[in-house]
Amino acid sequence: MSNQNVSSRPTGLQYFLYKSAKALKTPTPYLAFLGITLWLVTYYLLCEQWRIFPFYKVPGPLEVITEWINKDPIWGTSLFTEDYYINIWVSCRRIFIAFALATGLGVPLGLFMGWSQKFKDYAFPILELLRPIPILAWVPLAIVMFAGFETPIIYLATLASFFVTALNTMLGVESIDESYFRAAGCLGSKKHHIFLNVVVPGALPYIFTGLQISIGVAWFSLVAAEMISGDYGLGYMIMDSYMVNKYTTMVMAMLTLGFVGWITSAMVRSAGDRMMQWRERALGQGGA
Amino acid sequence: MTQSSKKENGGILKRIFSDLTLRRGVASILIFLTLWEIGFRFHEWFGVMVPFVGKIDAPTLVVARWREVVLQPGYWESWYLSFGRVFFGFLVAQVIGIPFGLAMAVNKNFRGLFFPPFEILRPIPPLAWVPASIIFWPTTELSIMFVTFLGAFYTVVINVLGGARSIDIQYLRAAQSMGATRWDLFRKIILPGTMPSIFIGAAVGMGITWEVVLAAEMISGGGQQSGGGLGFFIWSSYMGGVMDQVIVGMISIGLAGYISSSLIRYLGHISMPWRRMF
Amino acid sequence: MSVGNNIVPSKGAISIRNVTKVYDPGGADVMAVDDCSLEIAAGEVCMIVGPSGCGKTTLLNAIAGFHSITEGQIDLDGEMLCGPGKQLATQGADRVVVFQNGALFPWKTLADNVAYGPVVQGLMSKADAREKAMTMLSEAGLDGVADKFPGEVSSGMARRAEIVRALINDPKVLLLDEPYRAMDALTKSIMHESLLEVYDRTKVTIFFITHDLEEAIFLGDRVVVMTTRPAKTKKIVDVKINRPRDYRLLSSEEFRLLVQETKEAVHEEAVKAFEAGERELA
Repeated sequence: MSNQNVSSRPTGLQYFLYKSAKALKTPTPYLAFLGITLWLVTYYLLCEQWRIFPFYKVPGPLEVITEWINKDPIWGTSLFTEDYYINIWVSCRRIFIAFALATGLGVPLGLFMGWSQKFKDYAFPILELLRPIPILAWVPLAIVMFAGFETPIIYLATLASFFVTALNTMLGVESIDESYFRAAGCLGSKKHHIFLNVVVPGALPYIFTGLQISIGVAWFSLVAAEMISGDYGLGYMIMDSYMVNKYTTMVMAMLTLGFVGWITSAMVRSAGDRMMQWRERALGQGGA
Repeated sequence: MTQSSKKENGGILKRIFSDLTLRRGVASILIFLTLWEIGFRFHEWFGVMVPFVGKIDAPTLVVARWREVVLQPGYWESWYLSFGRVFFGFLVAQVIGIPFGLAMAVNKNFRGLFFPPFEILRPIPPLAWVPASIIFWPTTELSIMFVTFLGAFYTVVINVLGGARSIDIQYLRAAQSMGATRWDLFRKIILPGTMPSIFIGAAVGMGITWEVVLAAEMISGGGQQSGGGLGFFIWSSYMGGVMDQVIVGMISIGLAGYISSSLIRYLGHISMPWRRMF
Repeated sequence: MSVGNNIVPSKGAISIRNVTKVYDPGGADVMAVDDCSLEIAAGEVCMIVGPSGCGKTTLLNAIAGFHSITEGQIDLDGEMLCGPGKQLATQGADRVVVFQNGALFPWKTLADNVAYGPVVQGLMSKADAREKAMTMLSEAGLDGVADKFPGEVSSGMARRAEIVRALINDPKVLLLDEPYRAMDALTKSIMHESLLEVYDRTKVTIFFITHDLEEAIFLGDRVVVMTTRPAKTKKIVDVKINRPRDYRLLSSEEFRLLVQETKEAVHEEAVKAFEAGERELA
């Protein structure tokens, strides 16, 4: 390398192009394309072409897509109608609030549980007592405790991701190699230094693994809660269109849900990569 | 001299009471229950309603209700129905998921072909499938089972795939150098090497299965052709306004989930003697 | 080679007297160290060798304050670190440890790792500490990688940075726990020379645990051979070879004889330990 600045690395775009060019030489993208096509074609044939029992009861891919991009949708909802976006927006807002609450409460709780045996001894049993109860079993209680539509739903989504986040954070702290604590100790750290410089960064990989699971779980319970008692949101959209036999809209809502859920977890992942540069770069060296 | 003589006097009871962690745990649970009880009784005693907790029936009421409920056959029928659904959905997920995951791990082309559609469908939460499943399957029972299956399936496949692919290549090479056939490699190395992940997947999948069964029972069982089960037990208690019975249902389902996952842990324990998991 | 060759070491004398350590994992008492005594002079390089799991690390942990001792006393420069009434030494930056598998914080760059000690002790501002860290890293030949994370540099560089991280605190004693264990022979010899260079410059007391006898003779003033568990001092080999030393020493007759002498003592203990077949203790 004639470049003076040794530490300069290829820029994002160059790297991306290089990776893409390399990937196109392997069979992976073609197989993926083939696999998805195959799946769609089977789906189409079963539901729309041959109309085999009981597949004909479910709307096929062509039907869903034409409705989705229809400016004047038959069943009233598509990419061009307002209520589609209202439902997405309402669900996303709820997820955002729930996720923020769960992270804000779960991460500190997990950090302290992992750090202090005494604190863990007191707090962990209660957590373990409540955790086996499925989130959905809380629905009636949530409705009784909180008024309205919004708070119970957010409470349920928060509760689900809270457990996951707290538990993973605790495991993260426990996974930190003892020698880092010792190293920090013999370099003259006080307790709060160890907390900030060892406990928090050391637990980050687990925290972010936990956050990825937690946002999935949050969606899971949000959808359920919206289906059972909702006024807006994607879960409600699914349930509502089922009730009034708008099956095409229902499938549309399901796919939208998958897509939005995927986006949010990708966002969490990229936030994690950003906060753990040290990990990214070390892995990058492995050439994997 | 190094082996001490104080080992003899360690009775089990003594050991439990000398365990600090346990003592603290018991203390904290007792405090939790007491606060809950006080929170509920506050209105009765002082005429002031404590927010949130004040509306949740106290532990003593729950226990009293439970003692009534255990005598009713309907309660036990709910257990039976929910367990049946969980067991069936879970079993089907294992039977389909494990071979599917292993096939994807072993064969690159198979993985390339089937993994992308799998990944596209995976972000859709299993419960979002409930209505579609009701439309598709002829009976409510089948549709609940399908959603249950779906809940566990993704987890099982992902765990099996990850587990099989993370097997140390050295084991494979070592076996190959000793003249193992492909089938030997699969049976003697990949399968046992994947076992821990299979059991982790099963444990996680079991948790999801209970979540899904409960929700499916609540969503679909509420109608005329009610399917019953613990989810329905909770829902109908709520509809009837019997809050202490709702809590009985919640604890029951927590207990049921706990029993199921303990069972899986136990199975993992006895089938993998070389590796104590969890 | 180095300018400050005639520094008279004045600090870092360790006195280990009748130390005993009994571990108690689940009721079964295991004696790791039994009535061990050792005097280490200020500025000495004391090498500890012995079979795996014999309790060498236990001794180091007691000095550093990671583990308590059961009986006996350890002093540093006449002040008690741990002993009767205070079984666990207070951890402090006068005794810095370099760990077996390396313990640079992976989430901090090398420069931030080095600057960590002075900052948390409140001795320097962050900017000053970083500046000093940069200077010290470049003295150690690490200026090109100061802003990299430990995961990005070779293990040799990381280990060197770890020693710099210790030295920036101006410690009385450097405690090294098999720091070069996992390295190949070539890297190891480079590491040895750089450690010797550091020592000649600072004359810091070094307490160095190793399995490698040649390493022990090459670096040390004295080599202490420990018995298998429970650990005691079995034999002390004085290495009267002048400093500064370099790799030519390795082929000298004097060196060979010393290694031979040590090997005989260690081998006997290693056989005993092997036959006992016990697992290593932490």
